[in-house]
Amino acid sequence: MSLITLDPRKAEPFPIAAAELLQDTQLRRNVAHATDVIQRKRAALVAEKADWQALRSAGAATRREALLHLDSYLEQFEKQITAAGGHVHWASDGDEARRIVIGLLRDAQAKDVIKIKSMTTAEIDLNPALEADGVHVFETDLAELILQLGADQPSHIIAPALHKNRHQVRELFAREMHLPDLTDDPPALTDAARRYLREKFLKVDAAICGANFLVAETGSICIVESEGNGRMCLTLPDTLISIAGIEKVIPRFSDLEVLLQTLPRAATGERMNPYNSVWTGVTPGDGPQNLHVVLLDNGRSELLAEDMTRQTLQCIRCAACLNACPVYRQTGGHAYGSVYSGPIGAILTPQLHRMEYAQSLPYASSLCGACYEVCPVKINIPEVLVYLRSRIVEKNKGKLGSIFNQERIGMKMMARIFLSHDRFENAQRVARVLEKPFVGRDGWVHKLPGLAGQWTAGRDLQALPAQTFREWWRSRNGREERPR
Amino acid sequence: MVAKPQWAGGKTTVSKEEVFARVRAALRGKKSSTPAPETYTRNGSLGAEERLRLLEERLHEYDARVFRCSEGDLSKQIAKVLVSNGKSRMVHPSGLPAQWLDAQISWTSDSEDTTEQLSFAQIEAFDGVLTGATVAVAESGSIVLQHGPKEGRRALTLLPDYHLCLIFGNQVVETLPECFDRLRPSATRPTTFISGPSATADIEMTRIKGVHGPRYLDVIIVG
Amino acid sequence: MRISLFITCYNDTLFPGTGKAVVSLLERLGHIIDFPLEQTCCGQMHFNTGYRREAYPLAKRFVASFQDAEAVCIPSSSCVAMIRDYYPEIARENGDQQFATDVSSLLPRVFELTELLTDRLRLEDVGASFPHRVTYHASCHGLRSLHLGDKPLRLLRKVRGIDLVELENSDRCCGFGGTFAVKNAAVSTAMLDEKLGAVLSTNAEVCTACDNSCLMHIQGRLHRENSPVRTMHIVEILASEIESSGAAR
Repeated sequence: MSLITLDPRKAEPFPIAAAELLQDTQLRRNVAHATDVIQRKRAALVAEKADWQALRSAGAATRREALLHLDSYLEQFEKQITAAGGHVHWASDGDEARRIVIGLLRDAQAKDVIKIKSMTTAEIDLNPALEADGVHVFETDLAELILQLGADQPSHIIAPALHKNRHQVRELFAREMHLPDLTDDPPALTDAARRYLREKFLKVDAAICGANFLVAETGSICIVESEGNGRMCLTLPDTLISIAGIEKVIPRFSDLEVLLQTLPRAATGERMNPYNSVWTGVTPGDGPQNLHVVLLDNGRSELLAEDMTRQTLQCIRCAACLNACPVYRQTGGHAYGSVYSGPIGAILTPQLHRMEYAQSLPYASSLCGACYEVCPVKINIPEVLVYLRSRIVEKNKGKLGSIFNQERIGMKMMARIFLSHDRFENAQRVARVLEKPFVGRDGWVHKLPGLAGQWTAGRDLQALPAQTFREWWRSRNGREERPR
Repeated sequence: MVAKPQWAGGKTTVSKEEVFARVRAALRGKKSSTPAPETYTRNGSLGAEERLRLLEERLHEYDARVFRCSEGDLSKQIAKVLVSNGKSRMVHPSGLPAQWLDAQISWTSDSEDTTEQLSFAQIEAFDGVLTGATVAVAESGSIVLQHGPKEGRRALTLLPDYHLCLIFGNQVVETLPECFDRLRPSATRPTTFISGPSATADIEMTRIKGVHGPRYLDVIIVG
Repeated sequence: MRISLFITCYNDTLFPGTGKAVVSLLERLGHIIDFPLEQTCCGQMHFNTGYRREAYPLAKRFVASFQDAEAVCIPSSSCVAMIRDYYPEIARENGDQQFATDVSSLLPRVFELTELLTDRLRLEDVGASFPHRVTYHASCHGLRSLHLGDKPLRLLRKVRGIDLVELENSDRCCGFGGTFAVKNAAVSTAMLDEKLGAVLSTNAEVCTACDNSCLMHIQGRLHRENSPVRTMHIVEILASEIESSGAAR
């Protein structure tokens, strides 16, 4: 089974991918509906929680603290979980993480593995690597199951199949589960999935999961879920492998009392999601006896050095920013060409790739700030977007013939103009003259050349007024106001 | 496509050094500011009865049935709920007091001895499971199990389709921070937070209850 | 009092009527307007597009132009957000202690137009008359950076004869976003169409906001679709009096 990879190294730039996806009106309807529902529920719960802002501040403070002392908290986590019977492995990059997991499954002689949805495993493209090694992977989240059966890719962090509607799902299940009489009402579809997966849960002896939080103080892992497939995977098999980015660490067990209030409200608009599992190492007679945690760097350590970029790692993967984003609303997640989409994806993906790839993502934003407003750990995403834009501009200095060069020339010219009010006033006069050929009889511009043509593709532009404000001011006041 | 990887085996100590070296280098010289005092709500403000009513309300929102009784009436109440539900064969953790288990129902205990535990298939075959709990959070309608003798191992409350959970009045707190105060002494025990039966909203954001895990939850609040 | 006007580079060039309305309104309220001619641009376009280095001298120029002002009035919430949110950051990044000091001295005297009226002049009724059906779009910077809240609406509600109708999802971005409108034109237009749908369903004659950037964007599409609905900066409504019915665009 080969899946199309959301690979930032190969994905089309956002403007192109987005323009294509905008044609898919079904997708846009699904995305708008889904994000509207969660947003409404989220807003209602936030309104009822008097200490919501205090919780956001506390959550942000906890995550900041964890990152500032990441080395000691990682060490503490390893020590605690090892003492409780777990094994910790370290992976510098995705390649290494894949090799470790394959090795562990070989050691356990596992040919099948059940899996809980994990963004981290998608990030490192784990499934194809396991399949290539002869291991059959069964995704057990309903959405992931939908994607797996349909050879599709996630388009949202929390609701990965949100771009599919019930008819599309029915078609898929009927075909892949051999259920020709299956109806398309969601309960029937869910029941089909329940039966299909139950068999796997009881038979398969190895499971892979991610981690929502890793608790340094106790060496515990916390998994947040809704369907119960998490509990199945975490409880029934003998071997359990958890793959987690190093930034998932939180300092104390009690930090969960804040994050488990903000995460469910932000992610799915619930006071609490159906199931949370927290466990520490191995418990005789209860759950997996062979527990491994793979801690993954894969570019994260690079973000730690600067205050501006470190906040990116505060993310608790709630996807509230996706739900609030007016750009994501139009395009869905695939347009971002990465498993991490939406506002958080726009800042995380290029950084994980050292700004060499996904350079169009920081520009895939109107900087409206809706994401920052809803982020439960107060990541100032707009500030990071603007900062990353400057990193991209710096990085592309001197690249001849690139779009950046044309833009750079224009920007340098404008900067020079703005540094002198005489040059500015001159430029205003020149612009009026240059514009004349493009002004229609109705006093509007309907078509412009070059990059400006992107404006007139969908919009008109009113012709420049015959008199600028300062020209009017001068004529009104004489030339009394002398520039200093 | 990924080429077939060669498993080198052994511990990955080299990577640990590399990762730590990068992390330490990045964080060198960074100072944290003194954290501002936390101002989120830790303690609830409801009286005991109000708290129980809030819990009941939240449980109803999840379509859980809620019953109240005194400790003296407990075994009768348990039997009544089970009979009304058509449940006659129940499994339970070994630590439940015998006086809770009315003779009308056929009871099987999971064994304390890990070599004699019921198999998954056996657990599934019961009509349901009866357990106690460690703490319940009224604000979110959450029941928390730490899988001790009166709660049983995790598989026991996962596989059956029906879970009857007993919560004592003094186990109910209002807020999540209060809940974590209760859990902290035993923080390393396996801990499961249950807030309604399992649900998915993956198809058009329509919330469907009961994917995996017990689809039916009844709660008896005692005292 | 003496109010210094920062017209903004794009208002100066594209929307002089907005500046005229600011002058007319504030003079009507009994204040003296000052217009430092050396002003040009706050640097937002450069800063937001990634040309941070070029924005630094522009920021310094702004601060120098207005450092002795009693109050600075800016009819553009995105420019105020740039100054308030990012000038301190620019000072910090460039290790410019003097600039940092100058910025923190000036910031308390910088006001977006509706802030000037409600917070500094403590007014809600500015003596305006505009007997038309109007709907208000909450520009993102005004909403989320400046936390204008209902200041613009409180001012509009006091306008004589106005028929103020609520815009659905008024807090959703119109899709302008500066260079975003050009670099991601397809998405920008898709967002704009949704905004337009909401505007048209109010049956308003006029759509207003605190930022001409949003309004230029909305008007551009309205005009392309041959709609008679016009856009007006809020100050042009507030400057309108009994005799006239406001500058047509």
